[in-house]
Amino acid sequence: MITIVDYNMGNSGSIRNMLKKLGFDSQITSDPRRVAAAGKLILPGVGAFDAGMENLERGGLIPVLNERVLAARIPVLGICLGMHLMSRSSAEGERQGLGWIDAEAVRFHPGGNALKVPHMGWNGVTAMRSETLVQDLPVDSRFYFVHSYFIRCRREADVLLTTSYGGVFHSAFQCDNVWGVQFHPEKSHKFGMRLLKNFAERC
Amino acid sequence: MTSVRLIARLDIKGPNLIKGVHLEGLRVMGDPQEHARRYYEQGADELIYMDIVASLYGRSKLTEIVRRAAHDVFVPMTVGGGIRNVDDVRDLLRAGADKVAINTAVVRRPELITEVARRFGSQCMVLSIEAKRQAPGRWEVYTDCGRERSGVDALEWARRGVDLGAGEILVTSIDREGTRSGFDIELTRAVATAVRVPVIASGGYGEPKHLLEVIQDGAADAVAFADALHYGRAAIGELREHAQRAGINVRMT
Repeated sequence: MITIVDYNMGNSGSIRNMLKKLGFDSQITSDPRRVAAAGKLILPGVGAFDAGMENLERGGLIPVLNERVLAARIPVLGICLGMHLMSRSSAEGERQGLGWIDAEAVRFHPGGNALKVPHMGWNGVTAMRSETLVQDLPVDSRFYFVHSYFIRCRREADVLLTTSYGGVFHSAFQCDNVWGVQFHPEKSHKFGMRLLKNFAERC
Repeated sequence: MTSVRLIARLDIKGPNLIKGVHLEGLRVMGDPQEHARRYYEQGADELIYMDIVASLYGRSKLTEIVRRAAHDVFVPMTVGGGIRNVDDVRDLLRAGADKVAINTAVVRRPELITEVARRFGSQCMVLSIEAKRQAPGRWEVYTDCGRERSGVDALEWARRGVDLGAGEILVTSIDREGTRSGFDIELTRAVATAVRVPVIASGGYGEPKHLLEVIQDGAADAVAFADALHYGRAAIGELREHAQRAGINVRMT
């Protein structure tokens, strides 16, 4: 059973639908007691950083999430905003992040090169490692991105995937039991299915 | 860099997939779910659902269609037609839509763009512009599925819409829609160069060279196909190959 944390930042239904299609049980919940009993977590999310942290706090979710991830060390996958919340901070907001990974979120700078922001659409990835979450990922994998801020890991060893948009940024990380992806696997066709299947089976 | 997106557009009336000419003259094509699944399997990068009569009657059956699609379709879905307020948007997003496309309601009340962008993010607020050529380099915005003139200039509206918070623009040429005579390249290019958000070109696809034109000359970030797919005159996979052979960056499946 995979527990998808609902903290009112976007629709989690498509993650659940994809997991169901792949044959994995999941539940969407905002109840801290259910999160406290979780064996595997997904922290999704679309929207602004501060609003995300505020909603987690108001929902009483931060202590149980910290206990699950830092003490019980269960596998957790952050998606898009969820990934950003796992970091220490974001240029998008004032609040502190969960700090599960030594990283920060910074903004794309459009500059003079006609780079459109948000970075929206399908883009490729380059794998820095090839196990767990990204095992057997086809070389030509493409994922669906929608974001104006991206994650910068402070430790090179934590970087799992990189993507090129204007420059190279970190599109997936792993630090022990904490995984994060910038793109939306639940909207990324068979490539996203591969990745979520890996999370369910190999993480 | 991101790939040029190839999008399947499904125009809906009631429970049916339909096709139109100049957004009128409707013909029923069948069950939208079957078509959606097929385009997803073929590798469409996104789907657009557009209820093309909803704004006339002020209601829509799209929510159920979208909810059903969300169980089988795992690419982004944009939904439009008859959206009047933030609550309509919330309901569609809950049903499984990732973005909403709004035309008539935001022409009447432009602040709705900002309300949607603030509440759900710019990335899900697609400004839908249905435009008709008036003079060289001038297009007028039409509302209510191409039936009503608005007196608004399409390029000015595009700029203003982005300033208000639109994260993407869907440009439908009423002149070309359903004609198979090619996209309105000038219109697409004019909008794409007027704003710095992605632009989806819609209306007029007839043959592969039209796809190349609208990307290379029209500067479209994404291209929507409707009846060419519904009638099987084109498949997403072939379109992709044409684009790739011409050196255009597309997602290969």
